[in-house]
Amino acid sequence: MAKRSIVPFGPQHPVLPEPVHLDLVLEDETVVGAIPSIGYIHRGLEKLVEKRDFKQYVYIAERVCGICSCGHGMGYCESVEKVMGIEVPRRAEYLRTIWMEMSRVHSHLLWLGLLADAMGFESLFMESWRLREKILDMFDKTAGGRIILSVNCVGGVLKDMDGGMLQGVLHAVEDLEKEMKPVIDTFLEDYTVQSRLKGTGILSRENAIAMGAVGPTLRASGEAYDIRMLGYAAYKDLSVEPITEKDGDCYARCEVRLRELLQSFALICEAIQKIPEGPIAVPVKGNPKGEYFMRIEQPRGEAIYYVKGNGTKYLDRFRLRTPTTSNIPPMVEMLKGCQLADVPLLILTIDPCVSCTER
Amino acid sequence: MKKISKSPWLLHYDASSCNGCDIEVLDCLTPKYDIERFGIINTGDPFQADILLITGGVNSQTEPVVKQLYHQMPNPKVVVAVGICACTGGVFKECYNIRGGIDTVIPVDVYVPGCAARPEAIIDGVVKALAVLDEKRAAMKQSGG
Repeated sequence: MAKRSIVPFGPQHPVLPEPVHLDLVLEDETVVGAIPSIGYIHRGLEKLVEKRDFKQYVYIAERVCGICSCGHGMGYCESVEKVMGIEVPRRAEYLRTIWMEMSRVHSHLLWLGLLADAMGFESLFMESWRLREKILDMFDKTAGGRIILSVNCVGGVLKDMDGGMLQGVLHAVEDLEKEMKPVIDTFLEDYTVQSRLKGTGILSRENAIAMGAVGPTLRASGEAYDIRMLGYAAYKDLSVEPITEKDGDCYARCEVRLRELLQSFALICEAIQKIPEGPIAVPVKGNPKGEYFMRIEQPRGEAIYYVKGNGTKYLDRFRLRTPTTSNIPPMVEMLKGCQLADVPLLILTIDPCVSCTER
Repeated sequence: MKKISKSPWLLHYDASSCNGCDIEVLDCLTPKYDIERFGIINTGDPFQADILLITGGVNSQTEPVVKQLYHQMPNPKVVVAVGICACTGGVFKECYNIRGGIDTVIPVDVYVPGCAARPEAIIDGVVKALAVLDEKRAAMKQSGG
């Protein structure tokens, strides 16, 4: 056995904007083990539910994470609505779905950029983030914010999109789809990208299921598992099919996300065509009493929201299990046996969102 | 704005923020905003950085990291607190694990408010930081440092 050494990775590391710490156990250049330690962004948001009333808490839920912000607001609102038995207007459900799919596009483009950056492919990083600006501009026009949208409220949504805005979104998405073509080709066919991604960090289907992987990480290993199939919000009227790949390596995870981008474009167009007229919110009376589990598909995978109300305006408990939490054990498994130079790339391919994980 | 005489390098650290400001900081580097036109480069190395951009209210686990990064940077150095959490604690102020603003741990020169701070505001903050950096450099020269 070669001599073992331990190399610290993070918390401040150029590849990720967020702090995460790993102790990498190395034998020469090969990683034989990885010990993650988290807690750098723990703020204690779940506890704050006792100090804010359930309507105000939407703003806190949205700030669990800046990237998945829209989804967290939606998940929290839907679970409170289920506890209180509120029927959300159809138009509000469609608007939520449109914003949610736009968030998925922005999140996946962001991830593609970071992946290109981790490989040192600077121009591809710039191109992905240039395209992402188009979606952020549409966020700005429709919701008034680039990152934190604050569109969800208990009982519906706060802002409506008129016909012009919906057409604007449609045009932006169609534009984006055209401009994405060369980027997708580069990611899938470029020799350099292929040589870095193909065959690295293989996660078998059995391992992915046993370790509890979710989202694109699981789907890239060949398991068709997508919570949007349950048909919450407007997804029951839209044609959602889980996108899967067989190989389970970094390349497959990249391919799944690229194809999901195209799927999101199609879903946005379909939702804009089908959106009904009507009110965007219903008045909320009374306080939540009871409990509910809500599952939604975030860009990074399945997120679980648990809400328990006691009949006052303050909730007893809010619990959030985010996709990255379940993707950390598969990541540790993937790291075993890889080369030290591939570590940043492997960590990135599960699309870690540390501030979601630690709340 | 005064002419920029040197190319300042940035160091970015996330001291328990929600990611929103962090991706906006990264956004400043990309084609739409492009702060590289001021000669600014985002570096991962504190030993080569002039400006420290910090987001988020500090918690007990990031506090030693923030202090260490600050002390590793060579003088003169400027600290920019990006986002309302970094300025005062923001919406997380009442959380049990949040200290409050960055200025409870290290001295801050420029405050950039906003949730999330917009790239325009961040660039404005960085440009203000350049003026502070020049002042500090001049003061160091005067005192023979």
